[in-house]
Amino acid sequence: MPEVEQRALDTCSQQGASYADVRVVRREDESISVKSGRVEAVSLGESEGLGVRVLVDGAWGFASSSVLNTREADRVASEAVRIARASGTALRQPADLDDRAPARGHFATPVEEDPFALSLETKIGDLLAADERMRAVKGIAFTESLFHAQRERKSFAATDGSQTEQEITHVGAAIEVNAVEGDELQRRTYPDAGGGYQAAGYEYIRSLDLAGHAEALAEESVKLLRAPQCPSGRFTIILDPSQLYLQIHESCGHPTELDRVFGTEASYAGTSFLTTDRLDDGFMYGSELVDIVADATAPGGLGTFGWDDEGVEAQQVPLVKEGRFVGYLSSRETAPRIGRKSGGAMRADGWNRIPLIRMTNINLLPKPGKSLEEIVEDTDDGLYLASNRSWSIDDRRLNFQFATEVAYEIKGGKRGQLYKNPTYTGITYEFWRSCDAVGDERSYRMLGTPNCGKGEPGQLMHVGHAVSGARFRDVQVGVGKW
Amino acid sequence: MNLRYIQGKRIGVASTNRLDDEALRRLAESAARIASLQPELEDFTSLPEPGALPEVAGVFAEATASATPESRAEAVRAVISAADQAGVLGFGSYATNRERVTVVNSLGVRASEERTLAQVITVAMGPDGEAGYAEQAAVDHTRIDAAEIGREAAEKARRSRGATEIEPGDYPVVLEEYAVVDLLDMLGYLGFSALAVQENRSFFEPGKRVGSELVSIWDDATDPEGTPTSFDYEGVAKRRVTLVEEGLCREVVYDAHTAGKDGRQSTGHGLPAPNPYGPFPLNQFMGAGESTREELIGGLDRGLLVTRFHYTNPVHPKLAMVTGMTRDGVFLVEGGAISRPVRNLRFTQSYLDALAGVAAVNRQRKLLRGFLGSVVVPAVRIEAFTFTGATEH
Ligand SMILES: [Zn+2]
Repeated sequence: MPEVEQRALDTCSQQGASYADVRVVRREDESISVKSGRVEAVSLGESEGLGVRVLVDGAWGFASSSVLNTREADRVASEAVRIARASGTALRQPADLDDRAPARGHFATPVEEDPFALSLETKIGDLLAADERMRAVKGIAFTESLFHAQRERKSFAATDGSQTEQEITHVGAAIEVNAVEGDELQRRTYPDAGGGYQAAGYEYIRSLDLAGHAEALAEESVKLLRAPQCPSGRFTIILDPSQLYLQIHESCGHPTELDRVFGTEASYAGTSFLTTDRLDDGFMYGSELVDIVADATAPGGLGTFGWDDEGVEAQQVPLVKEGRFVGYLSSRETAPRIGRKSGGAMRADGWNRIPLIRMTNINLLPKPGKSLEEIVEDTDDGLYLASNRSWSIDDRRLNFQFATEVAYEIKGGKRGQLYKNPTYTGITYEFWRSCDAVGDERSYRMLGTPNCGKGEPGQLMHVGHAVSGARFRDVQVGVGKW
Repeated sequence: MNLRYIQGKRIGVASTNRLDDEALRRLAESAARIASLQPELEDFTSLPEPGALPEVAGVFAEATASATPESRAEAVRAVISAADQAGVLGFGSYATNRERVTVVNSLGVRASEERTLAQVITVAMGPDGEAGYAEQAAVDHTRIDAAEIGREAAEKARRSRGATEIEPGDYPVVLEEYAVVDLLDMLGYLGFSALAVQENRSFFEPGKRVGSELVSIWDDATDPEGTPTSFDYEGVAKRRVTLVEEGLCREVVYDAHTAGKDGRQSTGHGLPAPNPYGPFPLNQFMGAGESTREELIGGLDRGLLVTRFHYTNPVHPKLAMVTGMTRDGVFLVEGGAISRPVRNLRFTQSYLDALAGVAAVNRQRKLLRGFLGSVVVPAVRIEAFTFTGATEH
């Protein structure tokens, strides 16, 4: 074990900690943004440091530093212990951790083409090429495209003998085009609004074929300016993966975070309607077609790793099985409170934040049978909604309202008329219970978001969502007045 | 450390948290390499030139800088004890921050300042999940009354007990300060930035009426009632900018780049480069009015008192049309008095129309944390607010 980590753990133990872990994290970031034909920004960032988490008499303490030497490790460890003791003066329920074998080993994201080794010229060139094709379309106002890569090298050690090394690489890219007329601003994005992100190398960016999608995207944004307003009423809707992934994120991912259920996020993002009694009662979260799993082993997912940030091995945890609510995202402290073992979902944003329960990859499993296109063909009358534009959900994750960039009318199994400014709203479990078709493997793909916010002080997390698209019946579209 | 390397009209940015010689050399090399790959930014004029910085009082408080884990835990115990006394549970955080920001550039800008900020946030919750919210921010953490904040939230939660449904629809509302923060934050994000105007995505046009005559909004980092700072992230002196005066759009905030494009001076609102927001009003104020809190509520014949908004997001940026939920205490007011707690509602509302409907403004204001900076706001009464959905709590 590196000396700095050993020293931090020893100091914690000497000062009375019953458990301590230390992470040394070095993160590199590279981002490129192109705006209306010119490179707006290229930036490189690096950040490294250590974070020490400690349990003293059932109370947590955490401290961190960007200085990596043994003297600083001593200071940080002592500070963490001091914070734990101070926290102990307000403690109601001492923390108790589940048992697990010490974590040992090495994990690295499989990468074919190292995004950091590739020249900046190549990456800039790929964005500019896509940008140029968007701008060639008459009537567009401004365009944006982005590339982002992040590599995190993380070493974890704990007083129970755990020691792991991980190297995790994420890449993402997106193109965006905007058409403006009067008060109307119409945006289209590809592959989705926040960017297509995966744990992979530059091969993933190449597979997106940004330039190949640019022209049609730009044409659609211009068409949207003249498109009729999406009608309001009760509709059958089909959600494209570019919207469905965020629906899962907000309405299943967040409410299954067990720390939220116990209130530790109450003063910030809120709590959850999926209370523990609903786990015991086998609450029907959705229709029998709905199978949702938290899978930290899924290839390419932003939530894929070897071990979480308290040394629990990556696993697949069913959250919803055949519509029934069956599990939570959990930690070593929270899982025993419902008689289970940690599902391995503790993740920290860099070295200077304490791990929290976070999503891994929250995936809606595909259903053999119909492809997404065949589901459209099977729909007599409805709307097809794609690409998220805005999102909002209440503090227990029940009442949601989403807007998408586009809606297409479906009539007699065919996509037709384009509509602008679509929104839909509902109550989470009523919505998922109305799901009557889920696409098969053919449209199943891994998406994700690099900016899931949680915690005080704030943390941003990269989380994945694999989805194939799905159909929902009798959904409220539009909000009447607008 | 965040470095902007400029070669003619080419700019490269790199950052690191390592301050050793080797890391700094690499930082400069990276930024230079990036700059050399950039096309020229035609509208780039210059980094800011040095200028006099205003004398700003109240930027730093020694008490906050030297706050300890024990003193923070003491504040937390005060919040919990207030919750205990009201028979509810307390959740929340107490944070103290100390930071030094230093900006230098090769044209001679030299600015350095140490800043502090403390904040307590609490949600109190009763046995059925009924909730109440309170918050306080201050540069000097000894000015935070954690027990009082705890009592405010606990009392609100207690009064929220037994909330019943109410039909969504148009209601006149009284928005508490915690909700008004979101109006200013969202308008700052959508429209009060020169970049938003230059990109034609802002609602802002000089002289356009966006609020009633009771609405004045400005940004002023030099006012010690807020969270003062004397310069921005480009080292430019902070200037007061009138955003909305008696309901009319006046000016937007600038950084050096957007100012150069418009042939103006930066107003001292630059953020660290690169950022997607452009310049940003980090110190917004809304003018106080003449009404007492009782008069705000007393003016509602049948309306809603809203504590706070949750998870708001624009659905139509140019109209500042926003959707979001209410949270942590909503009450029906009838005949000028609170009649009962009601369940949370979803709204879909243009924030500009909301400003236009401001009919009364509280004479007192609160300093609160905003999306990126801080905000000083009064509670307000608005003639109509559109609620478009309901939830189960
Ligand atoms: Zn999230």
